[in-house]
Amino acid sequence: MLAFIVRRALQALGVLFAVGLIAFAMFRFAGDPVNQMVGADTPPEERLAIREQLGLNDPVVLQFARYLAGALRFDFGISYQFRQPVAQLLSERMPATLELALCATLLALVFGILMGVYSALRRDSALAKLFQAISLIGVSLPTFLIGILLIYLFAVTLGWLPSNGRGETVRLGWWTTGLLTWSGLKALIMPSITLGLFQMTLIMRLVRAEMLEVLRTDYIRFARARGLRTRAIHFGHALKNTLVPVITIAGLQLGSVIAFAIITETVFQWPGMGLLFVQAVQNVDIPIMAAYLLLVGLIFVVINLVVDILYTVVDPRLRVTLRRPA
Amino acid sequence: MDEALSPVPASPKPVSWAGGFFDSDLWISFKRSKVTVIAAIITLLFFLLAIFAGLVAPQDPFDPAQLDLLNSRLPPIWQEGGQAPFVLGTDDQGRDIFSAIAYGLRISLIVGFLGVLFSAVLGIGLGLIAGYFGGVTDAVIMRIADVQLTFPAILIALLIDGVVKSVLGNQIDAWTILGVLVFSIGLSFWVQYARTVRGSVLVEKNKDYVAAARLIGLPAPVVMLRHVLPNVLGPVLVIATINLALAIITEATLSFLGSGMPPTMPSLGTLIRIGNDFLFSGEWWIVAFPGLALATLVLAINLLGDWLRDALNPRLR
Repeated sequence: MLAFIVRRALQALGVLFAVGLIAFAMFRFAGDPVNQMVGADTPPEERLAIREQLGLNDPVVLQFARYLAGALRFDFGISYQFRQPVAQLLSERMPATLELALCATLLALVFGILMGVYSALRRDSALAKLFQAISLIGVSLPTFLIGILLIYLFAVTLGWLPSNGRGETVRLGWWTTGLLTWSGLKALIMPSITLGLFQMTLIMRLVRAEMLEVLRTDYIRFARARGLRTRAIHFGHALKNTLVPVITIAGLQLGSVIAFAIITETVFQWPGMGLLFVQAVQNVDIPIMAAYLLLVGLIFVVINLVVDILYTVVDPRLRVTLRRPA
Repeated sequence: MDEALSPVPASPKPVSWAGGFFDSDLWISFKRSKVTVIAAIITLLFFLLAIFAGLVAPQDPFDPAQLDLLNSRLPPIWQEGGQAPFVLGTDDQGRDIFSAIAYGLRISLIVGFLGVLFSAVLGIGLGLIAGYFGGVTDAVIMRIADVQLTFPAILIALLIDGVVKSVLGNQIDAWTILGVLVFSIGLSFWVQYARTVRGSVLVEKNKDYVAAARLIGLPAPVVMLRHVLPNVLGPVLVIATINLALAIITEATLSFLGSGMPPTMPSLGTLIRIGNDFLFSGEWWIVAFPGLALATLVLAINLLGDWLRDALNPRLR
């Protein structure tokens, strides 16, 4: 068990190291950092001095080590376009992205499970068919089109919800939250739906398939034979057993939600990390791009690691099979 | 997609599912599914519209000589103020929306097809090598695939796009950007092909025909390409169809985010990006029709892919 955790943690470190290498390669070799920092009329001697000062003449391995050491202390360099430390820019925008991702995931979980259970229990009803159609549209429609559609309906035509931004935010220490003001909550609705729709259809399909599977098992049949009420069987026995894979997927998807927030944040001009990243790509602001890659890599690796470890804790069968090949 | 699965009323001629000519089975299951037939017709119409854009479109939307500012911001023809040749209205430069869609569709489909082709060739090649040689080669390739799979394709495509542009500089022409898009989409979608092909190769390579081919002294590339490859292509076809829709969406998303095709040679995504600015001034048609075209195209291709997956799967999942 412990050996497994250590091995997985080492693997995760290896992945992070690879991501760090890519981030560093981008940071160092894509374009000339000095050119980005100074004006076109800077004399060559001055450029050389800056190169020396930045350590760009040192061996590449040393530079890589320095970059990683900096990244460990959240020092990702200075943004070309904002002339501010990248870490500060990212941390200012992180609360917006995390709140959005969390709301979207909650929305996807609640509605996905409800719709999935319903369409598994009443497979042939009209409403279940409607849910299936919605899920097909949710998979096919590009995220940004859904966002535009929502903006046109609820912001332009009906005027109910704001079309962009976070609304009023409240400062709690270094964290800014939009959850405590009325306008902040209103601003959160459409982006959350846009971001959560894909995950919702995913969870709905998963719950439906798992429920259909579980309802066929012997212990459900036995529960019926015992004369338990249908509701108790469906929700007490069947749903409970479908939730483990659902929560796993939802957890694993949290990373993708943060990455897909790039699109949603652009549509709604949501001041989060994704919007910062898109602007960085357009302005070739490599330090921000590299730092964002590292950050998202870290989030993905940590989520995967936690899910893996939780799995072995929850499911003793996995521990047995894991011991065998080692 | 469910139509292909549901039991079908007995047809006059009994059709044997086991055995028989593979193509005819596929054709029969195709004809039985109404949704699939409609999806195929719609996809075909889109392809034709893209190929014959020059003939069908009333104007060449990117020839400034043909644009007239007097015709700018006209609504679709069924609304008050709509004018004769501009069926779906015009944008702020007097550009016919229908013509713009036809030409944009062309770009979207070119990027989609080339992207799928590139990722398929890359993925199939690496999958064949990994499965056939095994050992360290296999481990290295599949490890890279694992790492890449943890990141969403759109993020990888954005990163590659940004890096390539920073290397090439900002002054690059539209065709180079198209190449960059194909490159980044191809690099972000190869993993699925590689995994599938590797899995099938691991099964195939222990069969007698591979041993026979090796015994008569054929070199490894010939065994891989001529003997193993044809036997692992079935699932690849399904992935390629579904990935065509994904590639088109990815290209549209990149263009929408401003990292894709420029307004001088727009794809559907660029058209939506441009049209999005007119949403608040009430000119909804500038964004709505390109959006509708994109959504319909992707939905139709997805339906085709779903059907193909079920039809090619003997167990029908």
